[in-house]
Amino acid sequence: MATRQTRTLARTMMAPAVIVLFIWMAVPLAMTLWFSFQNYSLINPMMTGFAGWANYVYVIGDPSFTQALLNTLFLVGGVLLITVIGGTFLALLLDQPIWGQGILRILVISPFFVMPPVAALIWKNGFMHPGYGMLGHLWKAFGLQPVDWFNQYPLFSVIVIVAWQWLPFATLILLTALQSLSEEQREAAEMDGANALNRFRYIILPHMARAITIVILIQTIFLLGIFAEIRVTTGGGPGYASTNIAFLVFRTGILSNDIGAGSAGGVIAVIIANIVAIFLMRAVGRNLDA
Amino acid sequence: MGSISLSHVNKSFGDVQVIPDISLEINDGEFVVFVGPSGCGKSTLLRLIAGLEDTTSGHIRLDGQDVTDAPPARRGLAMVFQSYALYPHMSVRDNIAFPLKMAKTPQAEIDRKVDYAARTLNLASYLDRKPRALSGGQRQRVAIGRAIVREPKAFLFDEPLSNLDAALRVNMRLEITELHQQLKTTMIYVTHDQVEAMTMADRIVVLNAGNVEQFGSPLDLYRKPANRFVAGFIGSPRMNFIDGAEAGKHDAHSIGVRPEHIRLSTSEGAWQGVVNVSEQLGSDTFLHVQTDFGLLTVRTDGDQTFTHGDKVWLTPDPNRIYKFDAAGQAI
Repeated sequence: MATRQTRTLARTMMAPAVIVLFIWMAVPLAMTLWFSFQNYSLINPMMTGFAGWANYVYVIGDPSFTQALLNTLFLVGGVLLITVIGGTFLALLLDQPIWGQGILRILVISPFFVMPPVAALIWKNGFMHPGYGMLGHLWKAFGLQPVDWFNQYPLFSVIVIVAWQWLPFATLILLTALQSLSEEQREAAEMDGANALNRFRYIILPHMARAITIVILIQTIFLLGIFAEIRVTTGGGPGYASTNIAFLVFRTGILSNDIGAGSAGGVIAVIIANIVAIFLMRAVGRNLDA
Repeated sequence: MGSISLSHVNKSFGDVQVIPDISLEINDGEFVVFVGPSGCGKSTLLRLIAGLEDTTSGHIRLDGQDVTDAPPARRGLAMVFQSYALYPHMSVRDNIAFPLKMAKTPQAEIDRKVDYAARTLNLASYLDRKPRALSGGQRQRVAIGRAIVREPKAFLFDEPLSNLDAALRVNMRLEITELHQQLKTTMIYVTHDQVEAMTMADRIVVLNAGNVEQFGSPLDLYRKPANRFVAGFIGSPRMNFIDGAEAGKHDAHSIGVRPEHIRLSTSEGAWQGVVNVSEQLGSDTFLHVQTDFGLLTVRTDGDQTFTHGDKVWLTPDPNRIYKFDAAGQAI
């Protein structure tokens, strides 16, 4: 163990980073909380002062809030479903000994290196545009009417884009987990008469449970705040069809210039994120002990 | 029933030939040990029999039936792995029941067989624990239990005791031998430890570089080693080999004398030497004696108190001198 001297040294060295991080978190949070109880609209600058719960009542009472909440749920749930199932499948495939394995793995992981707005633009113009997108051409090649993805299936389109970005992350974590399974255990199961499906169900899946938990936890935290993909593609529309909580905060606070209501929405988003985090820790975090 | 027959089995990994050509006949109910230095192909041979590796050429027959291309599950063999390979997320009961569950055995029968295996192996009070809550010896027994419930044609053990401490190893050695006497099922046991091989086996296969050096009962190997490799591998401490002029006196290229077949004297004998190191075990003392033709090991009783630098005389038992020709074959 560390001596008293090294402990003091460690604390002194870490202090600046911790203090800066704390300020960077605490100050905006305090300001958001403060603004959320103020009358603070840029459209109506004369109206100032304490607003009480008015901002919260306004945000929660608006029908767009319920829709944004549901959209957030579908977005997170949909992406998790695609990435966990798809990631498991890809990990199983990548675990097979094949020629060019190293290059293939880098290719599979590469979408993760593309920043969100760029990824969204690639999908928007390269694939999903009904006029010159690849999917449009594909549809036309089969003599079908091209789909206008962002107008007809706005939320689904966003889910696809975000899932594409997060699939590599899930694949990578699950592949690592898969590779840590001892070869002897697989062979023992094979000797015990388990076919490929049973080996997956009784040996491989339980072994990966922990990694799946980690993927779900980490992704949920990030997916609750998805913003760039919506901003670049649908702009939250049509109507509120693809607006999640984070984007609703942006619409209220920045697009509608109502800083007070936007802050209230932000505080609600923080509360929701915390509830989800606690719920997740309880529900799936049990896998992490052991 | 569980007779196993290998005919001209060959195994190569790419260009590397691990097993050039092996033919073996293992009788039903026999306890056969594959022994050899690491890298001699003994584990590969076991895995070929298990079906975990494909044979490059040759045939493997189980009870006369060709199983060369049959998948492991179809061969009806059970294997105990070096790392035990228990399923960590399953309780001991589920671990033992797993092969039965895969075979779609009715639940009542599963319970009966698991309970029987647990009683046989003294695991009854641990059935609901997870493997990580068990000691090494208990895990080993669970692995054996998982093998027993399948009522296999033969058991395959891949260095099952190498992860256990010395005391437990002796214990488990006895338990496995007892189990064999009780079940009378064919067992193939791979080890690098010649003590395990000598004590447990009905017959031993000594392997070296993928070739069978000798196949016979433990005492056969000890008394009539076919060549210099077997002579040096079987017996502990290992046999002393003497080359050159001294061997020439016996009309051989080299001769071998076991440490226990050398008489020690302070006054007279065939060879003179100086004690280099004395290893006292209590029951025996092993003396490493420097002579004109190299370092010789001598086994003597535990009351001898020679120390470094003492002059001694050694006399080999004339009936127990092994002679080898230039190719290392016994004469």
